[in-house]
Amino acid sequence: MDLGVDWAVQWLTLSARLMSEHREELIALDRAIGDSDHGENMDRGFRAVIEKLGQTPPETPGAALKLAAMALMSKVGGAAGPLYGTAYLRAATSLGELAEIDAAALAGALTAARDGIVARGKAELGDKTMVDAWSPAVEAADEVLADGGDAVAVLAAAAEAAEVGAVTTDPLIARKGRASYLGERSAGHRDPGAVSSALLLRAAATAAGFPEGSAE
Amino acid sequence: MKKLINDPRSVVDESVEGFGMAHADLVDVHTDPIYIVRKGAPVAGKVGLVSGGGSGHEPLHAGFVGHGMLDAAVPGAVFTSPTPDQIIPATAAVDSGAGVIHIVKNYTGDVLNFETAAEMAQAEGISVRSVLVNDDVAVEDSLYTAGRRGVGGTVLVEKIAGAAAERGDSLEAVAGVAEGVVRNVRTMGVALSGCTVPHAGVPSFELAEDEIEIGIGIHGEPGRHRIAMESADGITSRLLEPVLEDLGIKAGEEVLLFVNGMGGTPLSELYIVYRRAARILAERGAKVERSLVGNYVTSLEMQGCSISVLRLDDELTALWDAPVHTPALRWGM
Repeated sequence: MDLGVDWAVQWLTLSARLMSEHREELIALDRAIGDSDHGENMDRGFRAVIEKLGQTPPETPGAALKLAAMALMSKVGGAAGPLYGTAYLRAATSLGELAEIDAAALAGALTAARDGIVARGKAELGDKTMVDAWSPAVEAADEVLADGGDAVAVLAAAAEAAEVGAVTTDPLIARKGRASYLGERSAGHRDPGAVSSALLLRAAATAAGFPEGSAE
Repeated sequence: MKKLINDPRSVVDESVEGFGMAHADLVDVHTDPIYIVRKGAPVAGKVGLVSGGGSGHEPLHAGFVGHGMLDAAVPGAVFTSPTPDQIIPATAAVDSGAGVIHIVKNYTGDVLNFETAAEMAQAEGISVRSVLVNDDVAVEDSLYTAGRRGVGGTVLVEKIAGAAAERGDSLEAVAGVAEGVVRNVRTMGVALSGCTVPHAGVPSFELAEDEIEIGIGIHGEPGRHRIAMESADGITSRLLEPVLEDLGIKAGEEVLLFVNGMGGTPLSELYIVYRRAARILAERGAKVERSLVGNYVTSLEMQGCSISVLRLDDELTALWDAPVHTPALRWGM
């Protein structure tokens, strides 16, 4: 099954709902190793995304993601604003004018998003950042694509892998971002950026019709 | 949480609105997006100086907008860097054609947003140079962190670079002066308590009655060492020794000594810290030529302080002494 603009709009709508529902949790995670603003910033950013969607309904999935990129960059601030803004912008560019996205286009967009985050944040796998959710998500998506899975299966695999990836940040010592200043004291806490990334990918899979599953 | 606010989500808007009303003779406040510019900007032929960062550090940065210091300040949400769509119009508003310098504290969010804004302003034909402030010696191993943070020394960079811009230095020259200050200033801070970000509602971190956190940054984030409470003299030594060691201050050198309050410590205690710091410097044979004591780079209501030392030469001293007229710093005019 290919995915169209309705899926993209639904993805962003569900993302906004998840960011609002998990606002306190993300603030608490960030409070432990950062500066307590991640949940508030993501909630504010996605409320802006929803507002923009209402003003100018997009015609393609790429246009929807570009709109999200611009809203996030102008409303989130901090590190998350430019990182997610870049991710959505790169994904939008990768999708171009496509009206319907198949598994290959989707996997390509996820890769572009991940590469954008890596390029902007200069973080690697294991640095205890959102890359630890995105990298396994992209790998899982590529595997499903190679096995002939459809777009929905690609998203489901990416969402599952991102959630596992977020959990794997628990014991890591942060080497990027605010948490890096804590050194060893950052171990034992889940990275808030990896958690919000997993939530966003879960929203993408749910929007495609994949059951919500056992997201932590 | 007990704070003098109306709604956690409108703290920055309402605070900036009040700031604009209180200092209408010095600044113009723009809303949506929020940024603050010096009255009469851009000043013909003058390099524009723009800085910004999360709110909650007042008077940094808006309090330093005015003659002889910043041309514009861009406040983000509390403890959150501003966004490019605020930084770009602020940059354009202070560009007289002579170019603009972004003074950026080394935090991932500030760096990424200013980097994006600088690229976009350049695409619009404005010459932009960025100067990164990273004076925090508490960050020992920059290989495994995002690098040294920009903390209290930022005020000194803004004042001195501001004086260079005011006297008519070129873009490259002002950037060179700012970078010279960055190279010669080091800072280390301590927290006696955490602080509460309004939208979080609970303190960023908790310290027991007998605990202090050495080596904090300015966003309320914990530092790296938590130790038992000590006397003011003991804490002062812990802060100042690594600063002097890192700077390599030798006998006979002239310095500026800056004791900065984090927002919740009375001036009387800052002077107790200053007293000990000045004595340590005297014992080392260094000469305290200039000093600054007060709450300039704060973390909301956090108790604690930071100590900065800037190595001076005749030019830096002259630029420090140059007239300044801003809401939070004023002398010579």
